[in-house]
Formats: sequence, C-alpha cells, structure tokens
Amino acid sequence: MPYTLSINGQQHELDVDGDMPLLWAVRDHLHFTGTKFGCGMAQCGACTLHIDGVATRSCVLPVADAVGKAITTIEGLGSPAAQAVQSAWVELQVPQCGYCQSGQVMSATALLEQNDTPTDADIDAAMSGNICRCGTYPRIKAGIKMAASQIRNAGGAA
Amino acid sequence: MNINRFARNKQQPGVDTGRRNFLKVAATGSAGFTLGISLSAGAQAQAQATTASGAVNALEYNAFVSITPENVVRIYIKHLEMGQGVYTGLATCVAEELDADWQQIVCEHAPVDTAKYANLLMGQQGTGGSTAMANSFMQLRRAGAAAKAMLVSAAAQRWQVPIDEIRVNEGVVSHGSHRATFGELAVEASRQTPPATDALVLKTPAQFRLIGSENTLRKDTGKQDGTAIYTQDVQVPGMLTAVVAHAPRFGARVRSFDASAALARRGVRQVFEIDTGIAVVADDYWSATKGRELLQIEWDESSAETRSSDTLLQQYRNLVETEGAIAEQHGNAVDTLASANDKVELVFEFPYLAHAQMEPVNCVARISGNSAELWYGCQSATGDQAAIAQLLGTRPQDVKIHTVFAGGGFGRRANPKADYVLEAVNIARQLPDTPVKLVWSREDDMQGGFYRPAYAHKLSAALDDQGKPLAFQARIAGQSIMAGTSMAAMMVNNGIDNTSVEGLTEFSYEVPERQVELHTTDVGVPVQWWRSVGHTHTAFSKEVFINALARKAGMDPVAYRLSLLTHNPRETAVLKLAAEKAGWGSRELPAGWGRGVAVHTSFGSTVAEIAEVSVQGNNFKVERVVAAIDCGIAVNPSIIRAQVEGAIAYGLSAALQDELTLSEGVVDQSNFHNYQVLRMNAMPVVETHILASTNAPSGVGEPGTPPIAAAVANALADATGNTLTRLPLRLS
Repeated sequence: MPYTLSINGQQHELDVDGDMPLLWAVRDHLHFTGTKFGCGMAQCGACTLHIDGVATRSCVLPVADAVGKAITTIEGLGSPAAQAVQSAWVELQVPQCGYCQSGQVMSATALLEQNDTPTDADIDAAMSGNICRCGTYPRIKAGIKMAASQIRNAGGAA
Repeated sequence: MNINRFARNKQQPGVDTGRRNFLKVAATGSAGFTLGISLSAGAQAQAQATTASGAVNALEYNAFVSITPENVVRIYIKHLEMGQGVYTGLATCVAEELDADWQQIVCEHAPVDTAKYANLLMGQQGTGGSTAMANSFMQLRRAGAAAKAMLVSAAAQRWQVPIDEIRVNEGVVSHGSHRATFGELAVEASRQTPPATDALVLKTPAQFRLIGSENTLRKDTGKQDGTAIYTQDVQVPGMLTAVVAHAPRFGARVRSFDASAALARRGVRQVFEIDTGIAVVADDYWSATKGRELLQIEWDESSAETRSSDTLLQQYRNLVETEGAIAEQHGNAVDTLASANDKVELVFEFPYLAHAQMEPVNCVARISGNSAELWYGCQSATGDQAAIAQLLGTRPQDVKIHTVFAGGGFGRRANPKADYVLEAVNIARQLPDTPVKLVWSREDDMQGGFYRPAYAHKLSAALDDQGKPLAFQARIAGQSIMAGTSMAAMMVNNGIDNTSVEGLTEFSYEVPERQVELHTTDVGVPVQWWRSVGHTHTAFSKEVFINALARKAGMDPVAYRLSLLTHNPRETAVLKLAAEKAGWGSRELPAGWGRGVAVHTSFGSTVAEIAEVSVQGNNFKVERVVAAIDCGIAVNPSIIRAQVEGAIAYGLSAALQDELTLSEGVVDQSNFHNYQVLRMNAMPVVETHILASTNAPSGVGEPGTPPIAAAVANALADATGNTLTRLPLRLS
C-alpha cells in the first residue's frame, strides 16, 4: 500500500510492503544510497539515519512505523553539528574504505547535537554500535572531539 | 604473501611511455556519468562539459595521465581503492614528478587492460600482497615525468625558448614573462612525442614536494557525505536485484526445489537454479529476500563437508606431533632437538576467520550476446576478466569491468575462483540485456566460505646453557590457500604452499639449525587469504614462542630479541624505535598491567608493536599500542599511520574475539551478534612511528596486522605469568 514518508524535509510517496525496512525503501525505491546496508539486524550501524533527530538503525525499522516522522539521511544533513563533523572527517582523513562512514557521521552528529562536550566514555557509548572493520576508531574519536570544539567555539549545535 | 616470490615470475618493471599518444574521450568517466555514478567535483564538471559540447575532453599522455583543457589532471589508478589509500598514494607519485597542483588532480579507476595496467610484481592486473605502492612507485613517477616533459616541450615550441630554461611549478609552466597552466598547454602537449624512458630525469628525495608530505589529503572523497559510490550503490537503468539460497554445508548441491510460493510473492520476477544454489531475482532486495524465504529446497549432501571445526583442530593437533613435508631445512635441527638437555615445546591453535568486511560481497552484471559489462569493486582484474570470459565462451576483451570503491576487502574481494563474480554472471546470463545486482546478505557473506584457514602449529627449540636457541623446529597443519587456484604454479612448490609457512620460514632470529614442516590438510571448507595471509598465524607463534624463550632465560624480551638479531639491522632498528617510543624499561605501568612486544617482517616491511594491557580477573583490556614501521620511503605518512592503526584494529579483533566455527559442517556464526568484531570501546590508543628511510617503498596495508596478537599475548604473559597459545586469547 502507499506510504508517505518525510525525508530530508520532502514528502515521498511510495507503494511498498509496510514491513519493508526503511533502509530498503530509502535505498532501492528513493535512491538515497548514502545510507548503507551492513548487517540487516541493527548490529553494525552502517544504516544509521535520524528519526526525529535520534540516530536510528533503518535496517530493522518497518516503513509503516516511519510514517509521520522526520527522517534525515546523510544526504539531508545540514546542521552546524553535521557540518562540523563532516569537515573534521575531511581534515583528519577519517575514512578508509568509507563504507561505514555514513553511519558513523550520522551517529556522531546525533551525539554532538545532544552533547557538545562528550567525554571518551560518552563517545564510546554513542559510537560502539557502529562497526568499522578498517579500524578508523581513533580518528573517529579525534574527529568527534575536533567537531565538538568547533561547535562550542561557534556557540552551540543548534 | 612473499612478494619476492612474485618478483621471480614478474615481467621486467618498466614504464609505459613509448606508446603513441592520441586523443580520446575519457570513456570510463562519461559512462560513469550517464550511469549516475558519482564523480568527484572536478571530474563531474569535466563530464558535464563533455556531455554539453560533445567535444573531446581528456588528452591522454600515457596510460596513467590525461590532462583536460579545463586544467584537470586525471590519473588512472590501476589498483582497487578499498580503503588502503591507493587513489591518494599513487596519484602522489604522478603529481610529484608532473609538478602538478594537488588540487587539480582527480583520480579514476583504470579499466581492465593487463598490457597497460599489470601489477609489475604479479604480472597481471590486480591488487594484493601490499604491493600497490611497491610496484607502482617508479612506474608512476616516470609517467608523471613523461607527461611533464611533453608539457615543457609544448611550451618551448609555443614560446620559442630552450627547453631547459622552462620551469614547472604547481601546475604552471613558465619562462620569463611567459606563463601557462597545464590546461592551456594540454592540446599542444598531447601532440608531442613522448620521451624515451631513459631520457627522463626524476627528482631526488630531497626535491620531493608531495611525497612525504602531510598535506596531500585523500583523493577518494565523498565518504563523509554519502556520495562515494560502492557496488551496493551502482544503479543501472532497468536493473533487478538477485539473492541466492546457498547450501547449508559446503559442497552440497540442489537436489530439487519448489519455487511456487516465492514466485507468487510480490516483486519476485524469476527463480532458477545455478551451480551455487537457487537464484531469486526481484525488483528490489527486500522482495528478493522475502522470496528466498519462501523457497522449498532439498539438498544433496553426498559430497558435502560434514566435519566440525573441533574435530579438524583435534586432527591438526595430532598431525603436528608427526613429521610433515619439509618446507625449509638448515642443519640438522631434528637430531639436535632429540639430544637436547633443555628444550621448549609449544602447540598453537588458530580458528577459521571470516573477513567480515563492511560491504558484503556483491556484483552488478549485464550480459548481452557475447559481451559482458560489470560494475563492482574488482580486485583481481585480469583473473576475474579471464574467468568471466571462459564461463561465457567469449574473449577477455569482450568483458568490460567498471571498478568502483570497495567497502573493505582484507582479501575477500580478490577471490582466486572469482566466486561471487561468476555467480553474478551466471544469474545475469539467464536474463540477457538486463543488468542484475547480486547482493549477499551479511549471513550469506559470513557463511559463504573463503575463510582464513584454521591451523595448528608445534614449535620446538633446543637451548644452550644461556637459554639461546641452538635448534628450532616448526610444524604446521592446515589447508592450503593456493592449492587449486591459478596462483598455485607460482606459490606452491614441491607440495609446499608458501603462504602456509611464510614467516616461520626465512626465520628472522639467529638460530644455527632450523626446520619447518608442513601438513597440508584436505577439507571442503573454502579458504582464502585474509589480511597478511600466512603471517596472520606464523607471526603469532613465532613471537609468542621467542618471548617464552626470553622469559625462560630470565631475560628482557626486547634485549633477548636484539641478541638474536645482530645480523638483522632492519628489525633491530624498528624494535629499538618502538621500545624507545613506548618507554620500554622506563615507563612505569599501573598495578595489574602488563607489557608485551612483537616484531615481524612481511610484504617487504618491518613492524614492531608494543602493547600494554590491564588485567582484572579473567578480563583484560588492551590500553595502548606503540608501533614502529620501516616501509621504505613514506609516500603519505598520514595514510601509513592510518593503515597501521587499521591493521592493528583488524588483528586485534582476531586476537580478542573473532572465531568462526563449524558444527557438522554448518557454520555456527551468521552475523555480528555471534561473530563479534572489535568496536570502538575496545580500541586502544595507538601511536605509530615511521622510521626515516630512503629505500624504495614497501608494503603498508598488511604488515601492521601480524605482530599485534603476539604483542598482546606477551603482555598478558607479563601480567599473569601464563603464555597463551590459542587465538582468540582467553585468560580462563
């Protein structure tokens, strides 16, 4: 049946099964391919996007449950926190293969939108659901700290 | 892998500059554009300009360099970018000698063309063995220098001035008041005769501006904003998605199946048998997957592997108590050991490991008549192309492969049997002219085989009265990675697969008598190289064993190693650098912590790692790792540090938790909930120090992996007194 989803500020209507995970609706039907498939069971974080500002694993969220929510994919990121994260990612050359990095950026942005002075423990807690097999964890952590400092200097994440 | 072994069979390294230059539309760029494959900003502007005008855009100077009138320098990258940084590193070599502005460089994967793009250490186009920089360094510098010579020659003609008075700096050619960008000279320069290789004058290391610089930021961009394109993201008009139901046991085949329920499912287009299982082709991945769940399949398991990994390892432990085929022999270690008064013996065990790269394997293929077109992270270009051509009964040149970024590889993407690639082709050939994206789920990937093999080792040493080894013997039991592959002729000699024993052969420590023996086992579980190949296990047993000898002798583990490395200045220097930076012998550790060291040479590079661990009861955490690497000239120090950090993380994951097991032939693990890999909360602080060198660059992607598990085990031995010989490491 048809569902209307609000993605990156725009309404998208699509006719899919209600149990289709949001990940596949976004990737296969709307062609927002920045959100990645890694495990299909909310174990790796590659599919992370924001639902009403909260980092969410889209590979286990049925489309029917996403109706009426504000969905943000990496293509729709634009907040100061997101920009700070993405520029830190470039400056510190965080990505290696890069496949997990959309999810890392989404998780890091959601963290910094709530907390612009994260401790190492805060970062570990927010980011340990995002696997990176290339082992970019040290640079992700450094990138989050660099972005946090930039956000604080600019006067906040909002 | 031992790259010297490749080198024996390689063609003479040379430079491809003698070819006729010609005008050429950048075919891969424009194809990528029309297919919606995202290009970097510069390339995209270029593609748009071409599409708009229909004019020629890229002027090809040689196989690696083209320059557009719009002042874009495009560099063709012959190796797969899978995170190791080849886009950046290889482009640096060209840009250095070309004296280009780093900002004007765009990179693009080269097409499959073995004559132009062979790996000079392998003799075929392909990426592996940490050879990308080692085989390209001179070739790409010459390609850059040759293109520069053509620009200079064009400028001399235009301005009527002597060639040797012309200067080139950061993308600008100048003489007196004359000044031109590369783009302004691009057309005239492309018509110059390419210089002879021996006429090229390359820079001295002191003249390097980009090589060794911290400012050459990575060129594989779009990874922070989701625009980088991987196989999973490739979209071709009319494309369908396929999944395959594989047998639960390796070697089983389809006996019968009922697809009626699957075919009735919304979105499912076709269901058919292929040689690896039952393919379900649908409009999208979800429909294909739901369709697959509705299949009724009966498997013929008469040829299936039904043994458990526990059974196999028990068999391997028995095997290493018996004499194996001799891989290396110096003196008479066996007799010396038999008559020794003082002897140490340790038995080691290693499980199967999955690569578990973040992007499960996948491949897009379209078969039309006698030709094939594919889009994927292609790591074995020559091999895959040949395998596809053979399957289709066509010529290699009729198989066109578009290489896109790979979401990790660690060995898996370079399958010697082109397993997932041929599976995609086998499906696509059933739907002529229709592009099909084969997608493996995480479960398919983890249970689909091609693992790092399980092994057992037995290491023995006879000691003198100072505790130094007089004789050393290593026995290894496990499957051969190379047997049955096209590389067997190169890598298997007299029944010895070099990748089963490398690292224990060519033993780095001074021991007068040595013998390495191998039992190659026959098991139906598909195996494959995994980041650092044989060194994944040999470095562990070698370095834990030598550490145990040091502890037995009551000597400091660094001092003991140095005393056996007097003939090996490279390992000595790297070990000393790591020890100094880690504060070995000076830095006080908190109570309950231990410190361990390991040093190993692989892929032409030497890495020493010192791990500090904290222990609480049966739990421990790796707190800090200090690494030192000698990889020759450091082309990009930031990428080298990133690769060492990543190699440590990858190896640490296996040291701490990765373990793939089989119960009666069925893989027990299926996804990241029961195949645990390293996450951020277990990642230690890593410091990497690069030894200054003027030697040619050697491997960087893999050599950081081998020492880490041993360094951690040795740290645990320091903290607890117990030597652990089984991976993953468990204190209880």
